[in-house]
Amino acid sequence: MGEEQPAILVIGGGIAGIQAALDVASQGFTVYLVERKPSIGGHMAMLDKTFPTLDCSQCILTPKMVDVARHPNVRLLTYSEVKDVKREENGFLVKVLKKPRYVKEDVCTGCGICAMHCPVEVPSEFNMGLGIRKAIYVPFPQAVPLKYTIDRDHCIRCRLCQNVCAAGAIDFDQQPEELELKVGAIIVATGFETFDARKIGEYGYGRYPNVVTGLELERIVSAAGPMGGHIIRPSDGKIPRRVAFIQCVGSRDKRFGNPYCSRVCCMYAIKNAILLKEHLHEVDVTIFYMDIRTYGKGFEEFYRRAEEEFGIKFVRGRVSEIEEDPETKNLRVIIENTETGEILQEEFDMVVLSVGLVPPKGVKELSKILGVPVDEYGFFVEKDIMTSPMETKAEGIFLAGTALGPKDIPDSVAEASAAAMRAVNYVVRRWKS
Amino acid sequence: MTEEELRIGVFICHCGINIGGVVRVPEVVEYAKTLPGVVYAADNLYTCSAAGLDAIKKAIKEHRLNRVVVASCTPRTHEPLFRKTCEEAGLNKYLFEMANIREHCSWVHMDDPDRATEKAKDIVRMAVAKARLLEPLDDIEIEVRPEALVIGAGPAGMTAALSLANQGFHVYLVEKEPEVGGMLRKLNRLYPTDRKADELLQQLSNAVYQNSNIEVFTSTKIVDVSGFIGNFEVLVRKDGEERKLEVGTIIVATGAEPLKPTGLYGYGELEGVITQIELEERLKEGRLGTPKAVVMIQCVGSRIPERPYCSRICCATAIKNAILIKQASPQTQVYILYRDLQAYGKEYEEYYRRAQELGVRFISYTLEKPPEVSRGDGGLKVKVYHAVLGRELTLPADLVVLSTPLIPPETNEELSKLLKVPLDRNGFFLEAHVKLRPVDFATDGIYVCGTAHSPKDVPDSIAQAYAAASRASIPMANRRVVAEGIVAEVNKDRCIGCALCVDLCPFKASRIGEDGKAEVIKVLCKGCGVCAASCPQRAITMKNFTDSQILAQVEAAFKG
Repeated sequence: MGEEQPAILVIGGGIAGIQAALDVASQGFTVYLVERKPSIGGHMAMLDKTFPTLDCSQCILTPKMVDVARHPNVRLLTYSEVKDVKREENGFLVKVLKKPRYVKEDVCTGCGICAMHCPVEVPSEFNMGLGIRKAIYVPFPQAVPLKYTIDRDHCIRCRLCQNVCAAGAIDFDQQPEELELKVGAIIVATGFETFDARKIGEYGYGRYPNVVTGLELERIVSAAGPMGGHIIRPSDGKIPRRVAFIQCVGSRDKRFGNPYCSRVCCMYAIKNAILLKEHLHEVDVTIFYMDIRTYGKGFEEFYRRAEEEFGIKFVRGRVSEIEEDPETKNLRVIIENTETGEILQEEFDMVVLSVGLVPPKGVKELSKILGVPVDEYGFFVEKDIMTSPMETKAEGIFLAGTALGPKDIPDSVAEASAAAMRAVNYVVRRWKS
Repeated sequence: MTEEELRIGVFICHCGINIGGVVRVPEVVEYAKTLPGVVYAADNLYTCSAAGLDAIKKAIKEHRLNRVVVASCTPRTHEPLFRKTCEEAGLNKYLFEMANIREHCSWVHMDDPDRATEKAKDIVRMAVAKARLLEPLDDIEIEVRPEALVIGAGPAGMTAALSLANQGFHVYLVEKEPEVGGMLRKLNRLYPTDRKADELLQQLSNAVYQNSNIEVFTSTKIVDVSGFIGNFEVLVRKDGEERKLEVGTIIVATGAEPLKPTGLYGYGELEGVITQIELEERLKEGRLGTPKAVVMIQCVGSRIPERPYCSRICCATAIKNAILIKQASPQTQVYILYRDLQAYGKEYEEYYRRAQELGVRFISYTLEKPPEVSRGDGGLKVKVYHAVLGRELTLPADLVVLSTPLIPPETNEELSKLLKVPLDRNGFFLEAHVKLRPVDFATDGIYVCGTAHSPKDVPDSIAQAYAAASRASIPMANRRVVAEGIVAEVNKDRCIGCALCVDLCPFKASRIGEDGKAEVIKVLCKGCGVCAASCPQRAITMKNFTDSQILAQVEAAFKG
């Protein structure tokens, strides 16, 4: 045991990556947590409330973000990407590219004066394009690390930020930096993206302003979101009176290559439906579904509450088409009710598409770099679902969360701790022998 | 309070313009200098920057400060940093107090700089009033035995035990049945890989019995549990003999059992009405034969008002067994009558499709119109309303298989009392936080995994078992736990031993000692103050939030 304990690399700073890093670090191992975005937090940071407890997502997430960043055994590498992984005798040699923020991380205090003065407004990715950010920005106010980043694609080089930054943190000459890390094991927690609903032409997403996705609705509902928590529809800023949710958009649908169920959409739709009812007592909400999947702890009870306590309507069937009234921008939903066999047409002010989960961009490249196969959809494949669900066929590389396939937060968190255990089991076994 | 001379330093942050753009910071600095006990006050552009922290350290040394107040942002993110800075300068970290003049002041009053400045002075005055009464505290550290108890030797318990044992920890694996294996002993094949349950059972039990770090106790009952994280004492009984186990952590993996649906759909009355688990037995023993028709009914005894939860595994189990029947006997008609098919995720939706391809018929029914099972010509018949066809169908069946939920074992209640951990309203163990702490209990050192937590399949149980092992490994790998010094303290002279604090403490940190008086297990105490607030004798003091400290702040607030 003469040699120093090996470090462990975690790729992806969403809730799974954060939990995996915390568990590994708390067991005494050095962790490199690599996140390609400017802040950790992942999708969970974008959610308003979480099902089935209606906990405020950020309120429960941000303390964990702070904890992981402050953990003495964690080295946080944000705005960074894994570029190469070489297998060595005692683990892996990993090349990480640290992209230039054009802001010195060790000097920036996150005060935000730069963004206040920056004249360039860019649609905010964090707010799903519904709000704006500046060309120098943090993705959201609770970002970790709270360090600004200059988006060079939109920056006009006016250097106002440089002039107003009292800390002297702006550095337009910053270069990409390549880091070499020696690690004993790797945990892949690269997460997901939502299905691009534009692919389903008949639903009109992208053409009809009042057809939004579930993730966009999260930002609309959020008190910290672009609408300040006022639920208004995009076309005219009016309060919607009739809202429809359409399930299985890009899930359980072979036409778009996603025959699988995305596991979270039933619950997130029910949760958002409840939030709409809580915000707007007069609103009528209908959920069009194939099966309501309530397999998790507390899910069925939540579903019952939605129907009985909040009066949300559930209609079983598949929506064939959405038509927009060009005058009012209201939406006519055409659906076959498979419980009665009727063909229904109903008008709504706003339609929310419960988009499924798909693998994130860049997953194929990462699969090659790691030598870990992905399935036909692009999710990473475990070694044996039964006995080693967190392991891959590549020794020393482990998986957690939605990198493996769609799943909810508790299952992702449990898997993250599980992957941490397997990675630690692995390095301890190798290190001792 | 000692007679030591008070030397308070106050550092007021501009936070760029977040505070300084609204509050007139230099004016607040000058004001702070006038407060009793303050010997030094200064402002920083960013107190949290390296330069700002150095300025604090330098001032502590140069001005011999023995209390530090930082007026800036939220303690949630920054208090640990400032406390550490005090420590680095040789000052006890609990002699630090924070005043939030950003979230509580400049951000919410950005249109009124005059009154915001006055309010900032009020907040600083209150913080200084408390700082005068601060006392040094020590963090609490206890040793943790690198030994664990795993209760229940099903797939989850065995997996957790193996994972811990492989980390070098000694594990006591306690099973109430005469043999290990739990539910695996009853199952035929496991979905979605159709692997034989016996194979997995053999693999796990061999590994468990061969591992020198694992001591297996079968036919053994937990009789008593005392102590807390690091040093639990657990009394177990086997064949009338008792043994005391001393462990640092405990994992609950006690599993669940299938509901017997007595009285539902003719179960127990009509021949040929069986449960899925009984079907598993028949398949395992190869005595199913070639029935003409099998009808499976889902949600028998679950997703109903009396038992509201979905049991997660029954749909995939039905699909699995339907496929096995179809594979063995393709001419057998197999129907699955379901409410919502829980074929969640990647694998199970695919599994569902495979069953459809093999000719398994799926018919949905609603809670309002459930199927009816009765005796038919030479067998059984099942009536079900088919919504799409708009009429009732009558399906002849040789066998009706009821998919019943996993229910918590009766022993959960007793175990929950012994361990002082809660059950949810369905009788499963209740974790610390449904979203973010799925395998922890609120009480430190005790963890849960597998179907003890809620119904789940073998892969999910195994994943959770590794997770619980990870959580339990943390204190054992460190051999110690360190807790904050901000804990409750009992004044034994005042305590009447009413045990109200014991009942109310969410972390099980209060107990009645041998003297009949309350005592606080400091390492478990999270400093929430519930006990102090509710004590009828006012015998409990929350350190760092004492009555006198809080009253001093209140007085300062109204003195301005």
